[in-house]
Amino acid sequence: MPDIFRDVIFDYTLRNVALGSALLGLVGGVLGTFAVLRRQGLLGDALAHAALPGIALAFMLTGSKAPIVLMVGAAVTGWLGTLAIIRIVGDTRLSEDAALGIVLTVFFGLGIVFLTHIQHSGDASQAGLNRYLFGQAATLVQENVVTMAVSGAVALSIVALLFKEFKIFSFDPEFAASIGYPVGRLNVLLTSLIVAAVVIGLQTVGVVLMAAMLIAPAAAARQWTNRLGSMAALSAFFGAASGVAGAMISVSASRLPTGPMVILAATAIVVVSILFAPERGIVWDSLRRRRLRRELFRADRTAPA
Amino acid sequence: MKDATQSSPDKPLPPGDPVTVRDLTVAYRDAPVLWDIDLTVPEGRLVAIVGPNGAGKSTLIKAILNLVPATSGTISIYGKPYAAQRHLVGYVPQRGSVDWDFPTNALDVVQMGLYGQIGWIRRPGSRERRIALECLDKVGMVDYASRQISQLSGGQQQRVFLARALAQDAQIYFMDEPFAGVDATTEKAIIDVLRELRARNRTLVVVHHDLETVREYFDWLVLLNVRVVASGPVEETFTLENMQAAYGGRIAFFSGFHAPAIVGSSTGSRALGD
Repeated sequence: MPDIFRDVIFDYTLRNVALGSALLGLVGGVLGTFAVLRRQGLLGDALAHAALPGIALAFMLTGSKAPIVLMVGAAVTGWLGTLAIIRIVGDTRLSEDAALGIVLTVFFGLGIVFLTHIQHSGDASQAGLNRYLFGQAATLVQENVVTMAVSGAVALSIVALLFKEFKIFSFDPEFAASIGYPVGRLNVLLTSLIVAAVVIGLQTVGVVLMAAMLIAPAAAARQWTNRLGSMAALSAFFGAASGVAGAMISVSASRLPTGPMVILAATAIVVVSILFAPERGIVWDSLRRRRLRRELFRADRTAPA
Repeated sequence: MKDATQSSPDKPLPPGDPVTVRDLTVAYRDAPVLWDIDLTVPEGRLVAIVGPNGAGKSTLIKAILNLVPATSGTISIYGKPYAAQRHLVGYVPQRGSVDWDFPTNALDVVQMGLYGQIGWIRRPGSRERRIALECLDKVGMVDYASRQISQLSGGQQQRVFLARALAQDAQIYFMDEPFAGVDATTEKAIIDVLRELRARNRTLVVVHHDLETVREYFDWLVLLNVRVVASGPVEETFTLENMQAAYGGRIAFFSGFHAPAIVGSSTGSRALGD
């Protein structure tokens, strides 16, 4: 069993898979914190789906399957999806959930159409594009991991620099606007960073499951802390830990897919957090309530003296 | 003890009226929410904006603060557009407009009032912490500084919002329903702070819903129902006719109103003033 820990360090494939998954969890965890607090958990889902046509288009235009090319394509349509959502919410009477639903399905539908077209075009080199649907971490090479690390570092540096601005914007956008923050631009920037997090995760978990890596670590982290900074840090840790755990499980039990295992690991953390977190956990909550009831009952019986 | 760090009474006053609104119309899609508003708010007054539900009270404040776009008209703060005068303005939004389960504490929220001064990227430091604690002290909340904001009562949350506005150290304050649904202690704390600010010649524009306290708390009234029904000193504007014009027949149910209005008109002047 300890072999698996040695392999994470020394085995080329496993190391890349584990590092890639950890990076995805780390970046997704931090940006998911803001998405969850702004009640925009599903935004990540829409953006991830919006990335699919970009992947297909990038391949159709360049004939290349190099991850960096496909990531750029994914980022472009993911970002267009972002703008579409912001415009729909701002300019029409549709509510945000409707805007998210429209962008998610339209972009994803387009992506499937493009992918099907590519498959039937007889181009033998196209095999494997489908893996962006559910991710295929085993195909990660060192170069991918380096690209993910660099783009993740850029995204996280921006969050670190603008932490105070993102905080006030997430908590009270009206007040932020009243003291002069350009909230429209902050919104575009924060959402673009979520696009970056999505793109970083595509090769590992794919467009369909990516949203979970934005929502789960942040939702779990919120249970344990009442400070935004520690919530973001904890969420990053939960995300990275799920990434590594998912990678290790999928390798040690052969033929289990990495992406879904990462998601399941994150889900396990959420379940434990919701049940057992000291202040907000359901278990302690119901124990507290039961004890209070018992005390009231006892006080009731002894009081009339 | 008082105002060790907050600059103040000696700050030179900017020229012009605190707020001037000319021909302001705001429409959401088809319906006008505010129609042809003309308004001047004089310096150093405690101003109530009063009117029925849907009268556009919050929208008026938000239009002045540039938070909702004006369909037409001009607004100036001390003679200049809002964007140039932000540093003179403090804002208390409606308490229900934010998620109080946000992971932060009272001190942190109050420090947000200083973000405009701190500027981009820089973090609040010990100076900001000290000012924020002083502002919490003024609203009687200094013992709750490190409390997670969801663990505060509604009134305490409202006082935290007020403290955040105090941290802004503004010349004119806009407050959206600060007295809505608060306990008696909070109401007393808020009105004390507002009076102290007025004593220091600050101007306060407050959306208010409780007609019983208009006369006691405020000295200037803007009566609103999409249009400005009346605007001026409370003794002159808080009359039965004006209230009926703003509220329609519904004002008849408000029993407390008759006494001062009738006394005021029969004895010639503010018999019930405090």
